Amino acid sequence: MIRFENVTFFHAGAKRPVLREVELSVGEGELCLVTGRTGAGKSTLLGAVNGLVPRFTGGHLHGRVTVDGRDTAAFAPQEFAGLVGVVGQDPLAGFVTDTVEEELAYGMEQLALPPAVMRKRVEETLDLLGVAELRRRPLRTLSGGQQQRVAIGSVLTAHPKVLVLDEPTSALDPTAAEDVLAAIIRLVHDLGTTVLVAEHRVERVLQYADRLLHLDGEGRVHDGEPAAMIADSDIAPPVVRLARLAGWTPPPLSVRDARRRAASLRERLDGRTPPPPSTMDGEPKLAAKAVTVAYGKTVAVREVDLVLPAGQVTALMGRNGSGKSSLLWALQGSGKRHSGAVDVAGTDPAKVSAARARALVGLVPQTASDLLYLDTVDAECRQGDAESGVVQGTCRALLDDLAPGVPGDRHPRDLSEGQRLALVLAVQLGAAPGVVLLDEPTRGLDYQAKERFTAVVRRLAAEGRAVVVATHDVEFVAGAADRVVVMAEGEIVADGPTAEVVVASPAFAPQVAKILAPSPWLTVEQVAEALNP
Amino acid sequence: MTVASWTRSLPRALHPGAWWLWAFGLATAASRTTNPVLLLMILVACGYVVARRRSDAPWALAFRMYLYLGAVIITMRVVFRIVFGGGQGDTILFTLPEIPLPEWAQGIRLFGAVAAEQLLSGFYDGLRLAAMVICVGAANALANPKRMLKSLPGALYEIGTAVVVALTVAPQLVESVLRVRRARRLRAGGQKGLKALRGILIPVLEDALNRSLALASAMASRGYGRTGEIPARTRLLTGSLVITGLLGVCAGLYGVMDASTPRYMGVPMLLAGLALSIAGFLIGGRRVSRSRYRPDRWRAAEITVAACGVASAALMYLTASVDPADLYPSLSPLAWPEVGWLPALAVAVAVLPAWLAPPPESVS
Repeated sequence: MIRFENVTFFHAGAKRPVLREVELSVGEGELCLVTGRTGAGKSTLLGAVNGLVPRFTGGHLHGRVTVDGRDTAAFAPQEFAGLVGVVGQDPLAGFVTDTVEEELAYGMEQLALPPAVMRKRVEETLDLLGVAELRRRPLRTLSGGQQQRVAIGSVLTAHPKVLVLDEPTSALDPTAAEDVLAAIIRLVHDLGTTVLVAEHRVERVLQYADRLLHLDGEGRVHDGEPAAMIADSDIAPPVVRLARLAGWTPPPLSVRDARRRAASLRERLDGRTPPPPSTMDGEPKLAAKAVTVAYGKTVAVREVDLVLPAGQVTALMGRNGSGKSSLLWALQGSGKRHSGAVDVAGTDPAKVSAARARALVGLVPQTASDLLYLDTVDAECRQGDAESGVVQGTCRALLDDLAPGVPGDRHPRDLSEGQRLALVLAVQLGAAPGVVLLDEPTRGLDYQAKERFTAVVRRLAAEGRAVVVATHDVEFVAGAADRVVVMAEGEIVADGPTAEVVVASPAFAPQVAKILAPSPWLTVEQVAEALNP
Repeated sequence: MTVASWTRSLPRALHPGAWWLWAFGLATAASRTTNPVLLLMILVACGYVVARRRSDAPWALAFRMYLYLGAVIITMRVVFRIVFGGGQGDTILFTLPEIPLPEWAQGIRLFGAVAAEQLLSGFYDGLRLAAMVICVGAANALANPKRMLKSLPGALYEIGTAVVVALTVAPQLVESVLRVRRARRLRAGGQKGLKALRGILIPVLEDALNRSLALASAMASRGYGRTGEIPARTRLLTGSLVITGLLGVCAGLYGVMDASTPRYMGVPMLLAGLALSIAGFLIGGRRVSRSRYRPDRWRAAEITVAACGVASAALMYLTASVDPADLYPSLSPLAWPEVGWLPALAVAVAVLPAWLAPPPESVS
C-alpha cells in the first residue's frame, strides 16, 4: 500500500539528512507503530506519505514515495485526499468548520461525493466513533478526546485506504486515549484500513501494532515484529522492561499477557514490600483554603483545600477540563480566583506584585514557549536574571544543571521539547520560589527526556521545595510523585500517597501496578531493587 | 396547502437567503419613510418575528446588540441636533447658552435655542436609520451568518471559505493574546511600552503562524483547493463575470434604496448585475469538483418569507407614488403623524412570517 523507495530527505539548508535511504513497504490493513526519539524524523516520515513533506515543509526529498501506486512527486497533497487521511496532534488546529456534522462532511464535499452518499457516510461515521450524540455541538466545546475522535472521523468519511496519525493521544487523559485507540483498532479490524501511527507513549499502542518502525536518530528506519524489535530497544515501555527483569522471552506486549505470566514473579516478590513513600509531614510551604475559580457561570475549581509540604512531589491528575490548570494558576496568584485564600510563607501571592508572587510560587504553564520571546538562549537567561533580580549567570547555571549542554546561541524555538522545558524552568527557578507548579510538562517528551525530567523533579523536591505536576502520564507519576491528587469537576476526589491512589484505579494505574496487583508495586526500578538488593 | 397546515409545519431551519431577503425588504420599506409611528410599527414587526422564530444558537442572541446600536444611533442624532442644528423651527422648547464662534465659522452654531421641530427631525432621521440597522440585525439573528456563506454559489466558494476561516481565527487570536499576557505576568517582565509589546507580540504571532500553517496543511490533505481538470481560463472568466455582476447588483440596490439617484441606476442596473452573476455562476457550476452536504433548499416556506419582505417594500413604493404625504410627516407646521391604510398593510404583510415560517429546531 505504502512504498518508500530509497528515500532521503534534507531540511532546507541542513547538512544531515532527517531520513536516510529509507526502504519501506507497508501492506494493506497493517497497523504500524512509528517510534523514535524526539526529532528523529517521525513527523517527517508520516508527512511524506501524502506529500505534505516536502510540499508544505520545504527541503529536498530524493527517491520515490508511492501510495497505492500513486507517486507523491506527481500529485499535490490535495489529490491524495481520498486515499490518505491525516490526523495531527492538535485536532482543534485542523478543524475547518464549526460543528461536528459539518466537519465530518467537509472532506467529502471537497471530493464531490453525491449528497446521498455523504449523508449515509456521516451517519455511519458518527456511530463508528461513538460521537452520534455530539453531531450538532460546536467543535470548540468538545473535550479533547471527543475532538480527536471527530478529527479521525472527519478524514474517515472520505474512506481513505491509509490513515496517518501523528501522536493522536499525547494530549489526552488515559481514558480518552483508550477511547481513541479503541476507535483506531476498530478501523483496522472492520475496514482493513492501513494505519501508520507515531506515538511517544509506546505503552499505549504497542500491544495493537502489527509492525514496529523505529527511527534510530541517524535517519534510518528499522522495521520488524514488535516483540522482537522492542526486546532490546531503548524505548521499551514498563511492561517490556519488567519482562527483561523477569526473563520472559519473547516479552509480552500487553498487560494482559504479562499478567498471565507474572504468577511466579508475584510469588518471588511475596513478603517483600516497596519502599515506603517519603513522609508527608514536611513543613507546609503552601496552604490553600476553599479556593474557587469561576468563569462566568462555569465553576472550574470548587472550594479546594490543599496543603503542599516541603520536599514532596504531588501529581495532579484528572480528565481534560477537570480544573487542574485553573487550580495551578489560582495557586500562583496570576490566575483568576473567585474566593478562598492561599498562604505561602504568610503571604497571599495574589495580593502582591507579580515579581513578589513569582519569588513565592513559580509556575511553568502548559505552553511553556509562551514565556520565551528573545532570539537566543543566552538572551533569555540574561533577561531571566534581570527579572529575578539575581546576579548574572544564575539562570545559565541552573539551565546547565537541569539540561547540560544547551548551546547558548541557539534560538529557543529550535531547541528540543525537553531543552525548552528546562530553559523555562531555569528562568522560573531563578527567582528561587519555594513552591514550583508544572502544568503538563511531560507532553512531547520521549522516554529518555522523561527519565531526566523525573530526576529534575525529584531534585527540586529534595532541595526542600514543594512541587506540583499536573499530568496525564501515569508512568511518569509512578516514577516521580509521592502523592497523587485526583480532580473531577473542579473538586478533589482522591488525595493520598501515590501507591494508594493509583493502584486501585483502573485509569491511573501504571503498567507494573496492573501486572503485579494487588501488591502496590509501581515501577520497574522498585521491583528490580526488591529482587536484587 | 392551507394556512392551518402552514402554521403546523415541522420545525426546521429556513434557508438563510429567505430571511435576508425578507429583512432587506423590510429595510427598504423603512428607508422610504420618516413617519415615526410607521417606523415603530416596522420595528415591532421585526422584533416579533425574531422573538418567535429565532433559534437558541449563539448568533441569535446578538439581536439585542442591534437594538442597543439603534438606540445609540437615535441618541446621537438628537444630541447632534441640539449641539449643532440650532435655528430651525418656531416652537422653542428651551434655550441653551450659545457659544460664540469666530468669524470664519459663521455657518455653524453651537447650542442656543432648541426647537421642537429640530429635535423631532433628528429623532425621525435617527429612527429611520436605526430601523434599517435593526432589520439587518434581525436577519443576522434569524439565519446563521456562516450558513449564509455556505450557501454561496460554487463560483464564490473560495471567498466564502476564506471568510469562515477568518471568522474562526479572530477569536483564537484574542485567546492567544490573553494567554500570553497572563504568561508574561509569570515572568514579571516589568518592561513598559515597546519591549513589553514585543514580549506579547512575538509568542502570539508565532502561535498564529503555526496555527495557520497547521490549518493550511490540514485543509490541503483533506482536498481543499483540488482543481480537478478545469482550465485556468474558465476560472478567470467565471470569476470576473461574478464579481462584475455582484458590483452591478450592489450599485442597483443602492439605486433602488436611494430615491435621488437617476432611474437607470436602479432596477435596470440591478437586473443587469443579476444576469451577469447568474451567468458566471452557471459557467462556474459546470465544474463538478465539489459537492455540498445537506444544502438548504428553497421550498414553499422560503418563497413565502421572501415574498412577505418584497411585498412589504413594494407596498411602500406604491404608497410613495399614490399618497406620499403620510410617509414624511410635516414638521412645519408641526403635525401629528398619521398612518394610511396602505403602509399599515405593508407592515402587516411583513409580520406574517412570524406564523408562516416553520419554527426553528432546538440546537443543543
